[in-house]
Amino acid sequence: MRALRSAGPIFLVLAVLLVLIAVANPFFLEPAGFLAFVKRAAPLVILAAGQYFVIVSGEFDLSVGSLVTVQVVVAARLIEGDEAATWPVLALLLALGLLVGLVNGVITTGLRVPSFITTLGMMLVLSGAVFLWTGGAPRGALSETFRMFGRKDLGPVPWSVLILLVVGTAAILLMRSDFGKRLIATGDNERAAALSGVRVGRTRVLAFVVSGLAAAVAGILLGGFAGVSAQVGQGLEFQAITAVVLGGVVLGGGRGSVVAAMAGAFTLEALFTLLNLHGISGALEYAVQGVIIIAAVAAGAVRLPLRRAARV
Amino acid sequence: MLLAAGCASDKPAATGATSAASTAASASAPVATTSSGTGEQSKFFVQADFDAQLGMRAQTPEGPEGKPWEQAIAPGEKADTAKYKKDGPYHLCFSNAAVNNPWRQVGWKTMQAEVALHKEIAKFTALDAEGKDDKQISDIAELVGKGCDALIVSPNTTATLTPAVTGACPKVPVIVFDRGVDTDCPVTFINPIGGYAFGADGAEFLVEKVPAGGKVLALRILPGVDVLETRWSAAKVVFDKSRLDVVGVEFTDGDAAKTKSIVSDYIQRNGKLDGVWMDAGATAVAAVEAFEDAGQPVPAIVGEDQQDFLQKWKEGGLTAVAPTYPTYQWRTPVIAALKILKGEEVPKTWKLPQPKITSESLDTYLQPNMPPLHYALCGCEDLPGFPAKWGGK
Repeated sequence: MRALRSAGPIFLVLAVLLVLIAVANPFFLEPAGFLAFVKRAAPLVILAAGQYFVIVSGEFDLSVGSLVTVQVVVAARLIEGDEAATWPVLALLLALGLLVGLVNGVITTGLRVPSFITTLGMMLVLSGAVFLWTGGAPRGALSETFRMFGRKDLGPVPWSVLILLVVGTAAILLMRSDFGKRLIATGDNERAAALSGVRVGRTRVLAFVVSGLAAAVAGILLGGFAGVSAQVGQGLEFQAITAVVLGGVVLGGGRGSVVAAMAGAFTLEALFTLLNLHGISGALEYAVQGVIIIAAVAAGAVRLPLRRAARV
Repeated sequence: MLLAAGCASDKPAATGATSAASTAASASAPVATTSSGTGEQSKFFVQADFDAQLGMRAQTPEGPEGKPWEQAIAPGEKADTAKYKKDGPYHLCFSNAAVNNPWRQVGWKTMQAEVALHKEIAKFTALDAEGKDDKQISDIAELVGKGCDALIVSPNTTATLTPAVTGACPKVPVIVFDRGVDTDCPVTFINPIGGYAFGADGAEFLVEKVPAGGKVLALRILPGVDVLETRWSAAKVVFDKSRLDVVGVEFTDGDAAKTKSIVSDYIQRNGKLDGVWMDAGATAVAAVEAFEDAGQPVPAIVGEDQQDFLQKWKEGGLTAVAPTYPTYQWRTPVIAALKILKGEEVPKTWKLPQPKITSESLDTYLQPNMPPLHYALCGCEDLPGFPAKWGGK
C-alpha cells in the first residue's frame, strides 16, 4: 500500500492520459486496441526497467539506445532471412547485451570512471561501430521467426506483451530479493552499504548487466516490430531515463520503485500516442520530454525531505 | 500543455462528412490557398520550377537508348569545354557529402564501378565529408590543392557549400551533382528532374486510385530539406486540387518504428485509410505492415525503388507506385568529367530522366537476388562486379 502511495502521482498521470486517449480514440477501450498500445510500449517499458536498476544504484546507462541499434543491425546481417539462424542469433544478442553491460559495469566500478562518461563512451563506440560496419545502410534481413516476437500474437495476446509480463515480473522479484535491497542500499549511501557488508562494486556491475540484457530484449522486440533500420535506437536512452525519472525514481540513486519506473515508460508512450492522435508531431516530442525531465526532477527535489525509504 | 496541444491541432475533425466538404470547397479555390488538410505551402515552393519539372516528365530525353545516365532532357545551353582539353591519363577527384544512407551507398558503389570502366582515369581520389559541411569545405580545399584534373562535388547543403565550390571553379573544372549550389560557376550541374516531379508522381497516383472523399495520410521525413520540401509542396498542390481528404501530414524522421506507430494511430482514429503518400519510400514497408497488423487491406500507397518495398508490392499485389530519384545519376559525373577533359560539349544543366515504377514495370525492377535496401534504378547491372559488389547474390 505504501509502495503504491509513493508511486501514486505517476499512476494518476497515466490514468488521466489513458482516459484522454480513449476519448480521442474509442477503439482504445477494446482489448485489441489497448493491447496494441501495450505492445508498442513494451520495448520502452523493458528498457526503463533495466535503466531503473542502474539509476537506483546511483549510476546512468546512456549506451542502451545504440546497443538496441547494434542488436537490430547485427541480427539482420547475421540472419540474412534464414529461419534456421534465428535462435543462435537470439542467443548471441542476449550474450552481447550481457557483455556490453558487463564492460560498462567493470569500467565504472573497477576503473572508477563515472558511469556518465563510461556509457557515453560506450554509446559512441557502439554507434561508430555500427556506422563503420554498415556505412549507414544496414544489410541483410530478419527472419519471420525473429520478427514474430515484436510483431505477431499468441492467440489474442501479442508476444511482446507476454514478454513484457515475464520481464516485468522478473524485475519486481529481483528487486524484492536480497540483491534488490543491496542495490538500493548502494544507491542510497555507498559507504554505509559497504560498511554493512554489501559488495558495492559487484552489485553495480550486476545492475549494468541487467540494463544490457533489457536493451537486448528491447532490441529484439523493436527489430521485430518495425524491421531493419540504422536509426532504431536513436534517442531511446533518453526516453528510458525520462521514463524512470517520470516514475519518481531519484537521479543519484537509492529511491524509487521499479513498478513506478515501468509506469513512467507507459506514461511517456501514452503521451506520445496522445500527441500523435492530435496530429502534433515530431519536434514537440523532444521538447515535451525535456520539460518532463526537468519538471519531474524539480518536483522530486521539492518533496525529497518528506520521502521515505524506497520501496519495490 | 495538453489543452494547448488540443487547441493547436487544426486537423479536420474525425467526422468524414465535414472534412470531405471542406476539401471539396478548397478544390475550387486557387492553387495557392491552403486547405485545412495540407497546411501552409512550403516556403521552398517556386511555381516556375514546379511547372518546368512537371513538364519535363513528358519530354523525350536526348541520348543513347537504354542508358538513361547518359541521356539529357531538353539539354539547352551547352558548356564550352575547349579550354579544359588535355591529354590523359587523368586524376579525378570527388568530394562526397556522405555515404550515410542506403541510397548514397548504392550510388557510391555505382560511381566507383563507373570509374573502373575507364582506363584513362589513372587516379580517383574521393573524400567523404560524413554529412558535415565544415568537413566538406576543407575536403574541397584539399582536393583543389592535390592537382586534380576535374573535381566532382555532391554538396552536403546548398548554401553553405556554395563559397567552397565558387572558390574551386577558377582552379579546376567542377561538376556538381545530386544537390545543387547557388552559383552557375560549375561546368555542369547534373541531377534527375527533381523533387516536384517526384512528389507529384505519387500524389497524382493517389488522386487517380482513391475515390473522391477518400482519406489520405501524408508521411514526410523531416522539414526544411529542399529536396524533400519540394516533394511535399508538389503533392500539396495536387491534393488541394483534388477531392481527397488529407487527414494528416506527419514527420517520421525516417524511423520505421515511428512510421508504423503513426500509421497504426491514424488507422485507429479514422477507422481506415484509403491512401498513403510518402516523400521517400525508405519506411514504406513499415507503413504497409501497419495495415497488415491491423488486419486491414493495404490501401493505395506510394513507395520508392527499394527492393524490400518492391518485394512487398509484388507479394501483396498492392496498389502502389514508386517514384524514383535514380541512383544511376552517380555514373553521370564521371562520364561528364571525361567529356570535359576531352573538350567535348556537355549540357550546362544536365537533367536525367526520372522514371516511376508502376505495376506494369514492377517485374522489370524487382531483383530477388539483391539486398532489401538496394535501389533498383542504379543502372549498375552492366557494370563489372555486379551483383556481388552491391551486396547481391
